Amino acid sequence: MLLVIKYFIVGFKNFCFKKSLWVFHFGGASCNNCDIEILDCLTPRHDLERFGILLVGSIRHADVLLVNGSINTRDKERLLEIYNQAPKPIAVVAIGACGCTGGIFAESITFAGPVDKIIPVDAYIPGCPPKPEAIIAGIVKLVNK
Amino acid sequence: MAVNLFYFFVFPGLLFVAVTGAFLSWFDRKITARVQFRKGPPLLQPFYDFFKLLLVKETILPKYGSPLIFLLAPVFAVFGAVMAGVFILLPLFNITTGFRGDMLVIFYLLTIPSFSYIIGSLASGNPLAAVGGSREMKLILSYELTFLLFIAGIIMKSGQLFDLHSVIQTQQEGSPFIGSISGILLFIVGIFCIQAKLALVPFDMPEAEAEITEGIFIEYSGAAYGLIKLTKYIMFFILPAFLIALLMNGFRLEGIGILWAVLKVLLVVLLLTLIRNTNPRIKIKQAISFFMIWMNLLAVIAIVLIAFGY
Repeated sequence: MLLVIKYFIVGFKNFCFKKSLWVFHFGGASCNNCDIEILDCLTPRHDLERFGILLVGSIRHADVLLVNGSINTRDKERLLEIYNQAPKPIAVVAIGACGCTGGIFAESITFAGPVDKIIPVDAYIPGCPPKPEAIIAGIVKLVNK
Repeated sequence: MAVNLFYFFVFPGLLFVAVTGAFLSWFDRKITARVQFRKGPPLLQPFYDFFKLLLVKETILPKYGSPLIFLLAPVFAVFGAVMAGVFILLPLFNITTGFRGDMLVIFYLLTIPSFSYIIGSLASGNPLAAVGGSREMKLILSYELTFLLFIAGIIMKSGQLFDLHSVIQTQQEGSPFIGSISGILLFIVGIFCIQAKLALVPFDMPEAEAEITEGIFIEYSGAAYGLIKLTKYIMFFILPAFLIALLMNGFRLEGIGILWAVLKVLLVVLLLTLIRNTNPRIKIKQAISFFMIWMNLLAVIAIVLIAFGY
């Protein structure tokens, strides 16, 4: 009986978390294409608010940290600081070729490694830039994980 | 005692205002989405948001602030909002208790959430929160006099009646106050005061999310932010209900009257949402001059018209 109640509570928590993902956007040394595509998801055509996804201004309110752009040595400290300031549980999504692997900057001298070398990443959305449909598909996979 | 606790926690109190306010908040988001040709969030979205913040997320305390006051401020805000909600809704639902809804008490209770936000933001030790707190303070200074003049106008119009119950009875026996020139002027003043009290868009400088990233709420996370969301839901219901009680005949809860009551609340919320969606954020200086000069002028004109019997 207790186990059932516990199972139910955990399920309820997960359900609420999945239904209301608030997104904080961290742009590294980005070329801005991924930023534009991320904003495109929130515009009327794709409308991520119908899944309860909102863009928030403060990392303290965020459930998902979107990271795009190549992370160079200066961004690394900021990214770590932002990650440590976030209330747990937080899901990290690396967007674009630069966020996932480093892309064309992978061999640059200021490059500080792809995102998953710095903080744990829950979902990767490759593409240069990924289409809004691809970003939505990635978010759906993250939610159903 | 038990019945008072029931009033505070269940029927016109916490549970009822929170659930109704959450649905109204969904209505607001849905209308906003439809205005922007979007589809909008599902019906239970405010509940998902609230329970996620309350149950799932971690609450982070500020390092360079005062954690106790930081955590107590949202509790005070919820308390003030529920208290004001009980005092507004008891006369509105025609439940007669010892207290008949003195308007000045309601006026003071309605300011508690804003003051708690200021206290909480200043206790968080964040510079952006301090900016937000100072803006909220200026906003309170600008709209509070207007709101008091608005209530003074209602008191004069009802013939020196200070309690909400008698004001509603006067309207239900005669005609609603909004059906006269002075009533319409007071309605305009009241709508803008509510807009500023709720910090909706023309007056959302304290929590401007684009420039100071949620301002007063920047450091809140987890359950504390959930309580702030709860306060916002509650205020989103009780302030339109207060306006309806003062100007639009109150609720008459029998037969078709229930439908009218719901439609009145939805109408006022729709008006607030449309004002919010068709206006840019103004500067704090503009907000002060808007309330101090124009809205006060409108309220004074309304009071003069009432004195001459219009």
